[in-house]
Amino acid sequence: MTEVLSVLLYGLVQAAILLLVALGFSVTFGLSGIPNFAHGGVYILSGFVCWYLLRQLAWPHLLAAAGGVAVAAVVGVLLYWLVIRPVRRLVLAEVIATFAAGVAMLELFRWMGLVTYDFNLPPVVAGSVTLGEVTVDAHRLAVVAAAAGLGLLLWWFGRATRTGLALRAMAQEEYTALSLGVREDVVATVSVALGSALAAVAAVLVLPLGLISINLGYDAMLVALAVTVVGGTERTAGLVLAALLLGMTTVAASVVLGPHWSEVIYLAAIVAVLAVRPSGILGRLKELEERV
Amino acid sequence: MSPEYRRERLDRGIKVRSEDVFVLAGWSELLYRAGPRLTATVLLLVFPLLRPWTGDYWQTVFLVALAMMLAAVSWAFLENVGLVSLGHSLFFGTGGYLTALAALELRVPALVAVLLGALSGSLACALLLAPVLRLRGVYFSLVTFALPLLLSRIIEATKILGGTEGLVGVPGLGSLAARQYLLVMALLATVFGLQRLLDSDYGLVLHAIRDNDVGVRASGIPVGRWKLAATALGSLPASLAGGVLATHYHVVGMSAFALDYSVLPLTAAVLGGPGTMAGVAVGAALLVPLSEVLRAFGTLRVVVYCVLLVLALVAVPEGLFSLARRRYHQFERWVPV
Repeated sequence: MTEVLSVLLYGLVQAAILLLVALGFSVTFGLSGIPNFAHGGVYILSGFVCWYLLRQLAWPHLLAAAGGVAVAAVVGVLLYWLVIRPVRRLVLAEVIATFAAGVAMLELFRWMGLVTYDFNLPPVVAGSVTLGEVTVDAHRLAVVAAAAGLGLLLWWFGRATRTGLALRAMAQEEYTALSLGVREDVVATVSVALGSALAAVAAVLVLPLGLISINLGYDAMLVALAVTVVGGTERTAGLVLAALLLGMTTVAASVVLGPHWSEVIYLAAIVAVLAVRPSGILGRLKELEERV
Repeated sequence: MSPEYRRERLDRGIKVRSEDVFVLAGWSELLYRAGPRLTATVLLLVFPLLRPWTGDYWQTVFLVALAMMLAAVSWAFLENVGLVSLGHSLFFGTGGYLTALAALELRVPALVAVLLGALSGSLACALLLAPVLRLRGVYFSLVTFALPLLLSRIIEATKILGGTEGLVGVPGLGSLAARQYLLVMALLATVFGLQRLLDSDYGLVLHAIRDNDVGVRASGIPVGRWKLAATALGSLPASLAGGVLATHYHVVGMSAFALDYSVLPLTAAVLGGPGTMAGVAVGAALLVPLSEVLRAFGTLRVVVYCVLLVLALVAVPEGLFSLARRRYHQFERWVPV
């Protein structure tokens, strides 16, 4: 019984982590169709920025986190204008260019030697909570709360603010939106910056669970792909469901089969969903047309 | 008022004569047509003979460059069918592992093992990709990005195929020169053969699948089967390259699925110009020595590739080779408007 409860609880935490890491990629892709393969790079970049502000410049925790998010947003804007815009609308060139930018960031950090045990972030909240017979540290619960909060915030942003409505209008009916005065470059810049900022939020919340390591950037990319592909891009609910599904399965798999198996699950899920149900578990037909 | 000028681009007379008139009227025209490819071929064939002057180090670099050229050509061929792979190390690693398996388990001679590994590698990749071949554009790239990672994680998790240590003790294939000439022959056959294939009616269908697969399907051509065949054919060169390098290093491990082998062919192809097979090979031939020069900087090499890749995409989208070819066939001059 304890084991089941612990798998459920840690599965929920894992799902929250997946959702946080995937949100940025998915938001950018869903809103402006830009597959931002530099997502993992931005994720680790903001982790290091936060680390630098916190440990070297001794900023307060909250301020350092905000600094990381701000830097990530600026990087997102630069990424759009320098890398994506020259090849905009050439989908595969966009993929290659952003992929290259992301790998360049990560490998630059590796070359700079940012791979030792010194690079870690403190948890947002200290202490631990015992639920039933399972002990969870408070930070993991904070991650779950943050994931839920961010999901709701994005949902509200897309429906209640003018910017959010403009972004969704561009995603749904591009020409109508353009004729109503929505500016394409502005929308795309906002979507990439927003996605990058969300990657930074994820970094600040998720990275304290371990060391900041370069390979986590590639893993983040993988997670983002898995959740986005499995959930489909058009509905936040799909993302949440996909994150829950993948989170529970990976935790169960690592308990039953061993820790190495968890990543196999993401990849198998991507391949299986694309092969069997290309629009994602909650996706609709519009996307099917683009994918198959 | 100063007159305004515009740039005019004209075909060279010799190009017009040697292409439109079907009889080559003399040595100069014959050389004009055959010169570039003949020079490249001779360079490839002669370089292994220069070993006393270049030293072993650069000969090994040459071997690696040949392998990368094959991998890049393989990438570009698949790109011509609309299958953009972000994980070309899949083909490379599968070829390497299967070659090692053939040599170690079946105990066949190294040459047979390489050929067997290349063939079975390309078939295995085609079968592995078969369920996702119907995906378009980005979605296919997503899967290919994930597959090499998946395979290396599976190897790590299940400890099959030697686990994290890899398969060691792969027998060598003849001398260094033998390996080099095997790859040179393979490269020449691949570059000229695949280019010819792409220029034929078969290639027309492949290009049509890239540009408008619905149209091709409407014409009664089974797109799925064509893509499968193209994948098997296209993964063959990369698979062979992986096998030969496995016999060269005497070991094949999870590093065969590493990112380097995915990024390098991609960069080479984009730098050289993905439209032509020769251009892609030229791109790889430029990149590998560059990466050797940068070896002292460790992973900074990958950063350099990536920056080059972005610059090439943004600044020279047609590729260096197409640029050079235009200069060869055409000249430019300023004329008053």
